[in-house]
Amino acid sequence: MRRQLASRDLLRWWLPQALFALAVAVVGAITMFVAAQNLSVRGIVLDFDFLSSTARFPLSESVLAYSPSSTFARALVAGLGNTVLLALVVSVFSTLLGIPLALARRSSHPLAIGTAGTFIDAVRNTPLVVQLLFWYGVLTVTLPPPGNALQPIPGIFLNDRGLYITSFGITGTALPLFLVAMGGLLVVAVLAWRGRLHQASVVTLAGVIAASVLWLSLGLGIAPDVPHLDRYNFVGGVSLTPEFAAVALGSILYASGFAAEIIRAGIAAVPAGQWDACRAMGLSERQCLRLVIVPQALRVMVPPMTNQFAAILKNSTLALVVGYPDLNSIANTTMNHTGHALECVALVALIYFTLAAMISLGMALLERRSGRWAL
Amino acid sequence: MTFVQAMTEPRLAPTLRPASPNGLALLFKGGVNLLATLVFVAVIAQALPHLLAWAVMHGVWQGNGDACRDAGACWVFLRQKGPFILFGIYPETQIWRPIAVVTVLVGLALWTMPRAHWTRITAAAWAGGLLLVLALMAGGVAGLSPVPVSSWGGLPVTLLLTVLSLAFGFPLGLALALARRSSLPLIRCCATGFVELLRGIPVVTLLFAASFLAPLLLPDWIRLENLARALGVFTLVSAAYLCEVLRGGLQGVPRSQWESAQALGLGKRDVLFTVILPQAIRKVLPPLTSTIIVVIKNTSLVMVVGLFDLVSAGRVALNDPAWPMPYAETYLMVGLIYFAICYGVTRYSLHLERTLAEDWQ
Repeated sequence: MRRQLASRDLLRWWLPQALFALAVAVVGAITMFVAAQNLSVRGIVLDFDFLSSTARFPLSESVLAYSPSSTFARALVAGLGNTVLLALVVSVFSTLLGIPLALARRSSHPLAIGTAGTFIDAVRNTPLVVQLLFWYGVLTVTLPPPGNALQPIPGIFLNDRGLYITSFGITGTALPLFLVAMGGLLVVAVLAWRGRLHQASVVTLAGVIAASVLWLSLGLGIAPDVPHLDRYNFVGGVSLTPEFAAVALGSILYASGFAAEIIRAGIAAVPAGQWDACRAMGLSERQCLRLVIVPQALRVMVPPMTNQFAAILKNSTLALVVGYPDLNSIANTTMNHTGHALECVALVALIYFTLAAMISLGMALLERRSGRWAL
Repeated sequence: MTFVQAMTEPRLAPTLRPASPNGLALLFKGGVNLLATLVFVAVIAQALPHLLAWAVMHGVWQGNGDACRDAGACWVFLRQKGPFILFGIYPETQIWRPIAVVTVLVGLALWTMPRAHWTRITAAAWAGGLLLVLALMAGGVAGLSPVPVSSWGGLPVTLLLTVLSLAFGFPLGLALALARRSSLPLIRCCATGFVELLRGIPVVTLLFAASFLAPLLLPDWIRLENLARALGVFTLVSAAYLCEVLRGGLQGVPRSQWESAQALGLGKRDVLFTVILPQAIRKVLPPLTSTIIVVIKNTSLVMVVGLFDLVSAGRVALNDPAWPMPYAETYLMVGLIYFAICYGVTRYSLHLERTLAEDWQ
């Protein structure tokens, strides 16, 4: 429809656009006029000064430091931290869970196909809200109180106040080990980014060996911090609140259904002839998979995965229904406390929009690189 | 020249792939499959007795809240609270009206499924049906007692939001798709900005924004109900999503189709609606289906602005202290209703894809 050579004459080029601009300007002006009137009637002044006043509301949890004496700006930043944490956890684990699901659905085992298919259809065809509420119910209603907490795996405790996992600390002077690990990770990251995954895996192996030698020579030890029942609840270890556990678990399962379908479609999109051609070149099955099939499948998967990660970010706002304080719900609280709805909405919309744009940009960079990937 | 082969090689038979076994044989073929079967059997043997005990043996089919305490599945709760979850706080004496609404909407949807029914009469039936449904819900006409929008709830709200946001969103999405492909840069940029903005912001944030901003940005004499605001948001969001899908489809129709249709003497509108759009939609049927399912599932988000759809009605029903919070049963029922709708749409779309592909040949 778009004409290659648009005739830029008065009637067809300038007039419609001028009329459109006029219409937009008129609607915009009327809206601004009405808004200004409404704001003055309600005695609301548009400014962002409220951000620096004290928030005075507590947050049930926050990865970044926050207390009720912090400012509203700090509260919003804490919300952003929670949102980013949730989106990252869900993105990573749903993709990891999607791989075995996709493979199970492509396998030859009837029970595996059936189970994976039923699971994928079930999570994809029901709203995330319902799933989150269900998991929140499991974690808060069905689980026992701390007194007789479940211990599904030794060192992991489940009760209706949350999930408690044994954490491990290193005893002794671990600084050299830390430096070696950081340096190794940096080298691996650079090599992976350059598309040299083979060298990267060699360096990883060397790094693990070096770390083990260092570990023994420095005489380091491991001190587990096992959660134990205090007077009212468990203390020690790493703990997850039922809110975070419910929203993370529900979102991971939901997103894994979508990830599995993307991965399955990506593998299916590589024509069977590629396998035949690769074998004809004399490459082994493993080499074919590494050098021919996976790189092509990855390239097909990048655009839908971009949408998937953006959807995970947007779906993280549903944390609200189980009471996990994400950016959106803190902004909502801020609106209720301060009345500065317009500013809050603009700010939050801008932040989500920026995050979504960053995902697109990051995935576009990855897509450019993905041509060089060969496992 | 001894290295040049003079004779032809004997012709080899093609390597045959071993016939793949099917059905039950696959359960035991090879070590991995055998192991997987054993794991599955072990898990099922572990879980099934618990599930049966919960759902059937200890399931409570009649009685009251006390009968459900320390028992299995509380099915009686669904029987007691079912009308509330399905129809919200709609006046009990008028409960036949939401039932009729659901029947009409589901009936219309089922009637529209066969392609022979895709006629102008069906379109008119939808328009008439929607008016009838709204009149039934609101009352105030034909001797029906008026029911305020704030008392609407449950399944009719979910269905109405879905149908109306798709009905308004589709033409708007098409207009946006055409605008994004326009040769006029101002219109193109505005449409692109609008669509990307709506796609980049979470729907929950948009719903909050609408409920906070509508009173500020609209003049005092326009007072929108909560439901109308949510409908507005869903319409814009589905328009933005549908725009992207339709744009993909329009891009996939070759330019020669435009040119040849115009060479036949068709006007621009005829070309678009009779030549281009049917081909475009056929090309994007799978993503169109996923978008429609996203729209259906999105209606569950109205809970956050205090509207009473299926999910929030279920959640409110659970708060009754007379019952021991049978959340699993409730969300199972709500989830199954959504699943029936969404899965039905998926299967129908697959069927459509197949029959359309057959026609094409």
